[in-house]
Amino acid sequence: MKNPRTELPPAVQCPLPWRHSHIVMAHGGGGRMMHDLIEGVFSPLSTGNGARHDGTIVGCGTERIAYTTDTFVVSPLFFPGGDIGRLAVFGTVNDLAMCGARPEALSAGFILEDGFDLELLQRIVASMSAAAAEVGVRIVTGDTKVVERGKGDGLYINTSGIGRVRAGVEIGPARVRKGDAIILSGDLGRHGIALMAVREGLQFETKIQSDCANLWPAVDELLQNPVDVHCLRDLTRGGLASALVEIAEASDSHLTIREGTIPVSDAVLGACEILGLDPLHVANEGRFCVFVPADQAEATVKALRSHEVCSGACIVGEVGADLSGVVSLRTVLGTDRLIDMPSGEQLPRIC
Amino acid sequence: MSLPYVGEYREGEAVARVIAEIRRVATRPWTIMEVCGGQTHALVRFGIEELLPDNVRLLHGPGCPVCVTPAEMIENGLQIAARPEVIFCTFGDMLRVPAVTGDLQTVKARGGDVRIVYSPMDALDLAKRHPDREVVFFAVGFETTAPANAMAVAQARAQKITNFSLLVSQVLIPPAMVEILKSPECRVDGFLGAGHVCTVSGFAGYHELARRFRVPIVVTGFEPLDLAQGILMCVRQLEAGRNEVENQYSRSVRPDGNPHALELIHTVFEIVDRPWRGLGVIPGSGLVLREEYREYDAELRFSPDYVAATDSELCQSGLVLQGRLDPRDCPEFGQRCTPEHPLGATMVSSEGGCAAYYRYGRHARTSGTGKNVRP
Repeated sequence: MKNPRTELPPAVQCPLPWRHSHIVMAHGGGGRMMHDLIEGVFSPLSTGNGARHDGTIVGCGTERIAYTTDTFVVSPLFFPGGDIGRLAVFGTVNDLAMCGARPEALSAGFILEDGFDLELLQRIVASMSAAAAEVGVRIVTGDTKVVERGKGDGLYINTSGIGRVRAGVEIGPARVRKGDAIILSGDLGRHGIALMAVREGLQFETKIQSDCANLWPAVDELLQNPVDVHCLRDLTRGGLASALVEIAEASDSHLTIREGTIPVSDAVLGACEILGLDPLHVANEGRFCVFVPADQAEATVKALRSHEVCSGACIVGEVGADLSGVVSLRTVLGTDRLIDMPSGEQLPRIC
Repeated sequence: MSLPYVGEYREGEAVARVIAEIRRVATRPWTIMEVCGGQTHALVRFGIEELLPDNVRLLHGPGCPVCVTPAEMIENGLQIAARPEVIFCTFGDMLRVPAVTGDLQTVKARGGDVRIVYSPMDALDLAKRHPDREVVFFAVGFETTAPANAMAVAQARAQKITNFSLLVSQVLIPPAMVEILKSPECRVDGFLGAGHVCTVSGFAGYHELARRFRVPIVVTGFEPLDLAQGILMCVRQLEAGRNEVENQYSRSVRPDGNPHALELIHTVFEIVDRPWRGLGVIPGSGLVLREEYREYDAELRFSPDYVAATDSELCQSGLVLQGRLDPRDCPEFGQRCTPEHPLGATMVSSEGGCAAYYRYGRHARTSGTGKNVRP
């Protein structure tokens, strides 16, 4: 097994030398630079299990509880297909779902800027409340801080959440096996392009809506089916590329995907062509990938497709054995290329 | 994935048929240079080099405007961007290009108002909305970006917007092709001309170049089928001993280019000698604002101090830009030089040759075969 990264001389292997004296926007981009920031600076904080997953599982008596947190700084606060409140609920719910956990309770912390419009705040709170009701999760505790005008851009929200993991459910990169099928729950890039279109004032013929959605019902369906789900990962900043590279690195496996099978709507593809973006790197908020044994792939796709948010589910690749810790893509021409995380910032403050 | 008018140019079977024809036609070893960095990225992204027969080699040319922008010019940008009254607008690629004292991303992190825009007209809009600020657009690019930059200046004058200026680093492709062909170490048998540059400039000027240096030039597009067809047309000419200018990209390029765009360029800009990062001064290869538009020149408006720049001794991007070094043969490639910590611009820009190999194919040489391999 060859791994181009580990074959590099020790001097350049992770952790990379920390060469920045300041944080730059690219450190928040969900790509390689953020990855390096977490590994290089935040790692002393973590006493977790090192599973490099969307959340962590803690034992609590006989119960297993998944715990996760996420902070939302999206700009603008309202965008086609969603708003910061809906995003803040679904984002944390989806991270719990990716641990195979039924979302039970959320906290919500608000950082408000002096002068923020109260009516806007009420609309956002109503949206959070509706989103929580849609999931069936309670928002049980919270916190509010106000900062001076100019010290915060209107509103930031943090949510954290806990969820219950049923006995027998084991989901994470460590369970990824050679031969597993890689299934994608739907088309790529809607959230990132929808945000970019609003922010940059880009006019496209079709209005692109964010895919912002609650993924728990679809995951719940898989867990109730006789499908042995090995790994789940929602695709957020950094897109499918970052999600797969993280899993490949965490599981030391070689993931291969086929370009011709990856669904991207014509509207998103057109926008990506114009803007010079790779749809594999563009952010999503309602898509995830699933790793299951190959013989259960069709059943998984069928189960997913019964949910509207996953109606575009399809098999996009498999886990191979030639290399380790890398993702490669078979192009439409039949050639192969490496997929890497985007380096830094594609579009700041997207979630 | 399919997109009207793009999907058909990415169709695997059509490309395979053209590749088979290249294999049939090519009897001798040929080295073809694609000039444009956009073409380099498409070639590496789709693995087209991997499909070509061993006797047809591709060299990657200097067609990355961000890469050839001199470090001194970026230093000017850093100083201007750090001024409190300035909103400094740039294409995203420029943010992380290292100069001497840092990069724009660092200026931004230290409080400089640096913004990514998609068009100089967006920068002009900012100037209108912020009359109390000075808006500077970093006008980097080849013939392709020059018309829009000229338009922005012309509009600024027409609308009497005075708080707008350009930091101009515009360069022209044909003089760089001459420079490469004049080099005694030139290994180029034929060129794929840059399709989008020719959409603006046309290709009438290329006939003299093809005759003088006895090289075929095929104006070529950017999709896999375009590139394969361009290579085939070039190989056919080489095999037949022809040195002609041909147009593969006729759906976009007319022989005389876009006369309106050209007129606009020449109204606002004039041609001067320009230094290219990694290549040195190339006669007649740059554009500056004409005397009557100098008031929109950010260098004159802000008079930044000159900072002498020498590129990192480790960085060999000059050789890469001249097609004399394969990025993967650079000892620092993927070692001390990565997109996160670049030694040179070719590792940063979305059109840089080093970035293309790093992003799409850096595992290629780990097999030790020297060929782009399937993992």
